Amino acid sequence: MLEFLARLLGTQDGSKTKAKERLRLVLVHDRSSLSPGLLDSLKEELIQVITKYMEIDESGLEVNLDQSDESVALVANIPVKNVKRSVPRD
Amino acid sequence: MGTVIVITSGKGGVGKTTTTANLGHGLAALGKKVCLVDADIGLRNLDVVLGLENRIVYHLLDVLEGHTTISKALIRDKQYGENLVLLAAAQTREKDAVNPTQMRELMLELKQEYDYVLVDCPAGIEQGFRNAIAGADKAIVVTTPEVSAVRDADRIIGLLEAAELYEPQLIVNRVRPDMVRRGDMMDIDDIDDILNIKILGVVPDDESIIVSTNRGEPAVNDPKSRSGQAYRNICRRMEGEDVPLMDLQSEGFVQKFLRKIGVGTANR
Repeated sequence: MLEFLARLLGTQDGSKTKAKERLRLVLVHDRSSLSPGLLDSLKEELIQVITKYMEIDESGLEVNLDQSDESVALVANIPVKNVKRSVPRD
Repeated sequence: MGTVIVITSGKGGVGKTTTTANLGHGLAALGKKVCLVDADIGLRNLDVVLGLENRIVYHLLDVLEGHTTISKALIRDKQYGENLVLLAAAQTREKDAVNPTQMRELMLELKQEYDYVLVDCPAGIEQGFRNAIAGADKAIVVTTPEVSAVRDADRIIGLLEAAELYEPQLIVNRVRPDMVRRGDMMDIDDIDDILNIKILGVVPDDESIIVSTNRGEPAVNDPKSRSGQAYRNICRRMEGEDVPLMDLQSEGFVQKFLRKIGVGTANR
C-alpha cells in the first residue's frame, strides 16, 4: 500500500530503473566480446604507458573484463620485474 | 534508382513483419513505388499480414533459381496495384537455399524499378540475416522497450556496422504509455541513452494492429488507429519531412488531479 502511494506521488522509481541498470551492464559485456580487437589494442597501449614507469613481463600480461552481479570491471594483471627510480621526461 | 532498406531486429516477435507491411502501405500512400521482399524463408508471414496469401504463385527462390521472371513473381497489392508489390518467401525450403550474392543481384535489379525495396529480415543472426542484409543500402532496427529486445537490437546494430551498414535507424514498437508513466517501462529517452542511434519512430502498443492483421489490412490505412498514425509519421520522416515524435505521455486522471491540486510530479 505504501509502495502504491509512493508511486502514485511519483516518489518511487518503477521497474524501468532496474531494467536500464541491467541492460547497461549486459551491454558492456556484449560489446566487449563483440570486438576482441579492442582488448588487444588496449593491451598494447597499456604496455606502452606502463613501461615508461616500470619494467614488466609483457608475456605475462592479462587484461580481462570481470563481471559481478553489480558491476563490470576491467582487471589487468601485470607482472612487474623492476620499478624505475624516476619518472622519465618526454 | 531506389533505396533498399532491410528491416531487422535480432529478436523475434517484436514486429518486423508488421512494420514492413505498414511502411510499405504508408509509402505507397505517399505515391512511392514500393516492393516488399519477404526474406524469412521457411517461415513466411508478410503475405498474410498484407492479405495477399491467396495470390502467391511464385516465390523468391523461383526467381533466384530461374524458374520464372521477377515480374511474374511480384504480387500486386489489392489497393495499390503496380505501386505496391510483394515478393513472397518460399515456405517449403530452408534459409541456406539462398546466398548473399544472389540476394545482392536481386536487390540491384529491384531498385532499378522501385523507389523503396523493403526487406523483411528473419529473426536471428545466421544465414537468413546475412541474406536479408545483402544488397541493403540502409537498415531499420525494430525493438520493443524490453531488456531482451534492446539487448538484441544492440547486437544487431554491431553486426550491421560490421557489414558496413552504418547508421541504422531505430523504431521502438509496442510502447505502453500507461506503463511508461508508472515508471515500469523504458521510454524513448532511456532507449536512446543506451543504444545511441537515430530514432525513426515510436509506435504505441495498439489493439488495432491485431484487428488489422486479422483482416490482412495494415493499420496504417486506418485513420483512427494510433499505431497507424505512428507509421504514417515514420513514412513521412523517411521521405525527409521533419515530423516530431508522437507524444505518448498523456496524463492519467490521477496525475492530472494531483497536478491540478498542486501535489506531486509525474514520474517521467
